[in-house]
Amino acid sequence: MRPVYMVSGGVSKFEKARPDATFQKMVKEAFDYAYGDLPKLKRETIDGSVASYFSDHFTRQLMAGIMATDYLGLCPKPNKRVEGGGATGGLSFQSGWEAVASGRMNCCVVFGFETMSRVQTWKGNEFIAHASDTNFDYPVGGFYSGYYAMMVNRHMHEFGTTVEQMAMVSVKNHRNACYNPYAQKRRKLTIQDVRDSQMVAYPLTLLDICVMSDGAAVCILTDEETAFKLTDKPVRISGVGTGTDFMRFADRPHGKVILAPNEKESDYGKLKYPGVHSFRAGRSAGLQAYKMAGIKDPIREIDFIELHDAYTSSEIQTYEDLALCKYGDGGTFVEEGHPFLPQIDYGLKLKKKGTIPINPSGGLIACGHPVGATGLMQAVFAFWQIQGRIRQHFGSGELQLKKADRGLIHSHAGTGTYVTVSILERGW
Amino acid sequence: MSPIVIKHPYTVEYLHSYGQDSPFFAGLANKRLLGTRCGGCRYTYATPRLHCANCGKETDWVELPQEGRVHTFTTCFFGSEAFLKETPFHLVLVEFDGADTLLLARLIGVENPEDIRIGMKIRAKFRRNSQLKPTDVYFVPA
Repeated sequence: MRPVYMVSGGVSKFEKARPDATFQKMVKEAFDYAYGDLPKLKRETIDGSVASYFSDHFTRQLMAGIMATDYLGLCPKPNKRVEGGGATGGLSFQSGWEAVASGRMNCCVVFGFETMSRVQTWKGNEFIAHASDTNFDYPVGGFYSGYYAMMVNRHMHEFGTTVEQMAMVSVKNHRNACYNPYAQKRRKLTIQDVRDSQMVAYPLTLLDICVMSDGAAVCILTDEETAFKLTDKPVRISGVGTGTDFMRFADRPHGKVILAPNEKESDYGKLKYPGVHSFRAGRSAGLQAYKMAGIKDPIREIDFIELHDAYTSSEIQTYEDLALCKYGDGGTFVEEGHPFLPQIDYGLKLKKKGTIPINPSGGLIACGHPVGATGLMQAVFAFWQIQGRIRQHFGSGELQLKKADRGLIHSHAGTGTYVTVSILERGW
Repeated sequence: MSPIVIKHPYTVEYLHSYGQDSPFFAGLANKRLLGTRCGGCRYTYATPRLHCANCGKETDWVELPQEGRVHTFTTCFFGSEAFLKETPFHLVLVEFDGADTLLLARLIGVENPEDIRIGMKIRAKFRRNSQLKPTDVYFVPA
């Protein structure tokens, strides 16, 4: 395999509804931004593309990928659609990586979108719920927030995690998004605001849960030679990992924890794993990516993370899966302040603020979650963070980290059914 | 100009086959709760699957006990369109003695989420007129 670099990215603003544009036009906005940000890139340099979108139901259009491809003027070059629920963006990003790493392409455009406003929220929830087993799960629960609420109730039972700790994730991510012009929800919140908002699935409230969005994102990936011809600040994709797990979360086994390099078996004497409280696919994806990138102690060797916080609870569960802390310590990890940005005032007393900023962009909870675009949006924000160009793209430098040489992006589907982890780092 | 938005209804009647899972639904209609057990490794699935996910061998149908415990739970106050009229409803994952996996079901007979606790004993009840759906079985406090 050859080294692969990200050389440009673009995002359309994520919004509740974009009736003014079809999905092709939204992709075009993100593509033009990425293309315009890399003046040396010529259209003939692009070898092909990958299309990322989750549900045909939302567009009521089959083969939508090719319609965006022809709108971008990328025919007759190769294109394929990649789909994997909430992890669609992460899987597509890795598919673009594979195209370049294998030598099939020297320059690959990965574009993603979702137009979720085309149906009412409750109908959208139904489409999403069809990504649960339609024999046994959908007809009983029919609601992803309900599945995640069940998982976190078990997490709370196992580990003593509290609803206030979950609310802190919401406060953090909404506050970060105040400085991100691409984010859908930019709000200053308190823990009480989160707990006082409408109960959706006990104990998750409306402010513990991400929203549906319209939006698009684009990443441009190249081989090493092309990367350095196009930019003097290419970002290297140094590790990729993908994990899977049973579609039915009732089927998750109860065995031994898959240990990270910084853990030992005695840490988890009685813990039955993954159970429904943890995401085995997330741990598996993380450990693969760490191995490829040569990371032994993630919290010390990674500078920031953009992770799939569809729920405040899943952000806490993911800290543990990514071995940023031990299983069971996710709630304390956020309470102590580790995942906050050191330079931002959250209105909270935090002892260890900013050890490893997580979701500096605002995450899914505040940016929105147009599914096929989400994992690519994370890559774009991580790319700008590593290049040190947040000020240029956001119009404000509040979210720029002092040290952002290496970041991790994490995309997650189903009840932890597909999870991808990719490591991006300074390539110059 | 302002975008033109039109409404477009789209309805489909699916002929949803339960395929090899059919005996589970026939079991519910006869007030029996069926799981499967692997003939090779003896792993027992409380939500049935006809081939073992561990070793790939075919499994056999086994009858599950009609009493179990709450492994975890929630109360849904909102939902997807088809379930909105049923909210709020309680969901539980049920654990059974002798089964390695869990079963997703509705819990009826308690008011609030605060009335449910992990580990509480619950028992199966069956809908009088089967609809051939997994909700033909539901659980109540034992």
